[in-house]
Amino acid sequence: MQPRKERSELLAIRGLTKGFPGVLALDHVDFTLQAGEIHGLLGENGAGKSTLIKVLTGVFKRDAGTVSLDGHQIAARDPADALSLGIGTVYQEVNLLPNLSVAENLFIGRQPHRFGLVRTGEMRRRASELLAGYGLSIDVANPLGSYSVAVQQIVAIARAVDLSAKVLILDEPTASLDAREVETLFGILRVLKSRGIGIVFVTHFLDQVYAVCDRITVLRNGRLVGSRPIVELPRIELVSMMLGRELAEEALHRNQRPAVNGEPLVAFKNYGKRRYLEPFDLSIRAGEVVGLAGLLGSGRTETAKLVFGAERAETGQAFVDGKPVRIASPRDGARLRFGFTPEERKTEGIVAELSVRENIILALQAQRGWLHKIPKSKQDEIANRFVKLLDIRTPDVEKPIGLLSGGNQQKALLARWLATEPRFLILDEPTRGIDVGAHAEIIRLIERLCEDGLALLVVSSELDEIASYSDRVVVLRDRRHVRELSGPEVNPDTIMTTIASH
Amino acid sequence: MIRRHLPVLITLAVFIVGYLICLAQFPSFASTRVVGNLLTDNAFLGIAAVGMTFVILSGGIDLSVGSVIAFTGVFLAVAIEQYGVNPYLAFILVLGIAATFGAGMGFLIHTFQIPAFIVTLAGMFLARGLCFVLTTDSIPINAPVYGEIGGIALALPGGGRLTFIAIVMLVTVAAGIVLTHFTRFGTNVYALGGNKTSAELMGIPVGSTTIQIYMLSSSLAALAGIVFSFYTSAGYSLAATGVELDTIAAVVIGGTLLTGGYGTIVGTLVGVLIQGLIQTYITFEGTLSSWWTKIAIGALLFAFIVLQRGLSAASLRSR
Repeated sequence: MQPRKERSELLAIRGLTKGFPGVLALDHVDFTLQAGEIHGLLGENGAGKSTLIKVLTGVFKRDAGTVSLDGHQIAARDPADALSLGIGTVYQEVNLLPNLSVAENLFIGRQPHRFGLVRTGEMRRRASELLAGYGLSIDVANPLGSYSVAVQQIVAIARAVDLSAKVLILDEPTASLDAREVETLFGILRVLKSRGIGIVFVTHFLDQVYAVCDRITVLRNGRLVGSRPIVELPRIELVSMMLGRELAEEALHRNQRPAVNGEPLVAFKNYGKRRYLEPFDLSIRAGEVVGLAGLLGSGRTETAKLVFGAERAETGQAFVDGKPVRIASPRDGARLRFGFTPEERKTEGIVAELSVRENIILALQAQRGWLHKIPKSKQDEIANRFVKLLDIRTPDVEKPIGLLSGGNQQKALLARWLATEPRFLILDEPTRGIDVGAHAEIIRLIERLCEDGLALLVVSSELDEIASYSDRVVVLRDRRHVRELSGPEVNPDTIMTTIASH
Repeated sequence: MIRRHLPVLITLAVFIVGYLICLAQFPSFASTRVVGNLLTDNAFLGIAAVGMTFVILSGGIDLSVGSVIAFTGVFLAVAIEQYGVNPYLAFILVLGIAATFGAGMGFLIHTFQIPAFIVTLAGMFLARGLCFVLTTDSIPINAPVYGEIGGIALALPGGGRLTFIAIVMLVTVAAGIVLTHFTRFGTNVYALGGNKTSAELMGIPVGSTTIQIYMLSSSLAALAGIVFSFYTSAGYSLAATGVELDTIAAVVIGGTLLTGGYGTIVGTLVGVLIQGLIQTYITFEGTLSSWWTKIAIGALLFAFIVLQRGLSAASLRSR
């Protein structure tokens, strides 16, 4: 059942490089797409998938490298230009117009018309015909927004293909679809594939990759890890390609701490939220580090946000010191002396324009209420103490935090919560985007906090790292806590096998 | 289908209920004379509101409307009375000036990505200032053309008259309906209001559409100004102050979402008529101060905005 006898290179990317201030998002990446193939593009956050797509569709300008389509070099100026060249993109958040009718969305800018007036009947007839080819029979006169995301996505695909797309890029198209809708979508992809269209499929659902892809390319930290036919790539190998092992050896000697006993400091029973995270049980003692491991989209960050109150749980009960508590907002979390450093450091963590001092005292000030301003001298004292304690490298505490390196920003964020003397700290990807030296320091810091008797919940996609400091590791898959590893099971290989198993 | 047209249907229901209340109290509301006057008295507002509907549908706002109406009146009065320009030529001239003025505002809004609020606020001051440059007096227009055109009217059964300016307003509304629903330009206007980024990604000419929208709004404001000059037979620098706000109110009461993307011209017409109805009621009532019109409009506007929030929240939930 392999009809692709003659291999025709549809899209060839060679040596593509794109840098942003301080980070090389794409580093000489090669990518080849055949006509009539579904090609999975995989990688964790920050691997360079979105950058690759954005360069391809003309959102970003590339620094170096070539892109050729059907043997001709191309350089799209913008997404509309890319579409006219034959590269159509469908995003998770459908980029169509929900207030216009389905038919208008399909034909806007090329409506059939006579004497300057749009022939609405003709347009609707053609739209119905077009969608019938995708097995969709809906009233095309209704606004697009009145239909489900799945239908909107099919409309977006139909539009892109109808506008003569040779290459169809699907960026996380299945993230908000249910199982039946995913199957419908895959049916459509297979039909398009048989018509010779090349499809790039970006996703983080491994099951879906194996269900529909012919070939897989994995990126990590802006570099190409490899590109292989799916039949030659077992699951466990794919996961190891995605996660990798980046950490220097010396950072990894595992502290043999005695097992922590006693009552849990925080506990969550049957805690969950519909369509966000399956209910889970979790308890953490003082002086204990629990790691959350899993692939992107498995529910790691979701767990962290639920536990802190950044998302409100719909089921279950939380306990602190054995007593039931309500955590409905970050304010509740902070009041219970929880701390949270988010994954999106730049957008959800630091306030870039404010100084290091202001960033550090932010949580403490919020806790005391804005009417009780912390005196300037006290602020200076706190800021300077943490700068010294955590070795935050900044000329002085008045420097805007946005000018510091990633590692120092992360330490300042830690300081922000440490200043509130928390009992329970939640760290989401504390070492992402940090250079190797600072990486090891953050890990040391986590271990030290743990020795000081804090309870810690740490999310990380670096398996070696998470295995090095965690007492227990919870493995997540498809927004579910699937297994809790403890004792000797806490090692990179077991974690990886658990993630990859299904 | 029903939900889609709910805002307009509610507006229509408000108008009908309001009309019935007026009718119950003053039976003469049933006469074609009152209906004819309702259309004539609000002709200029209706024309300007059609232009405003396009602007708001696209997610923008045009605050210069009232000033452009005043400028048109002053320009016509000065040109016709002081310089002896042929009135028809003067009409064409002022429409051209207004179109250029609107295109300029649209150009600034698009090219420099300045909020429409600021650009048209500047346009408002500019047009009003230009009135005073031309003249500070109220100049009556006595040209015979004005008398002739003012005399044109369709006799309605029952003694009412459908005046020329009311006809102009109804034709403008009809043209607006065709333009919104049966042309590519109309679809593009809705697209801009729906999501400008998506519209751009889908290859819609955002720049030229923006310029055309503000050109249309200013041109219709000038047309409203011409109609207003027929109505008052004069040009005065301080005329039509705050009319832009009346038109915005009419558009919103007519069911157009202030954030753009949803709405109809028909709704706007009903919105204008509701304002006119309240005004007429207060005239009939005789004891109320005319400021009660503003209070009633304010209350209605508030109710409609809350209603729209509720409807859009409900439609989000039902998804």
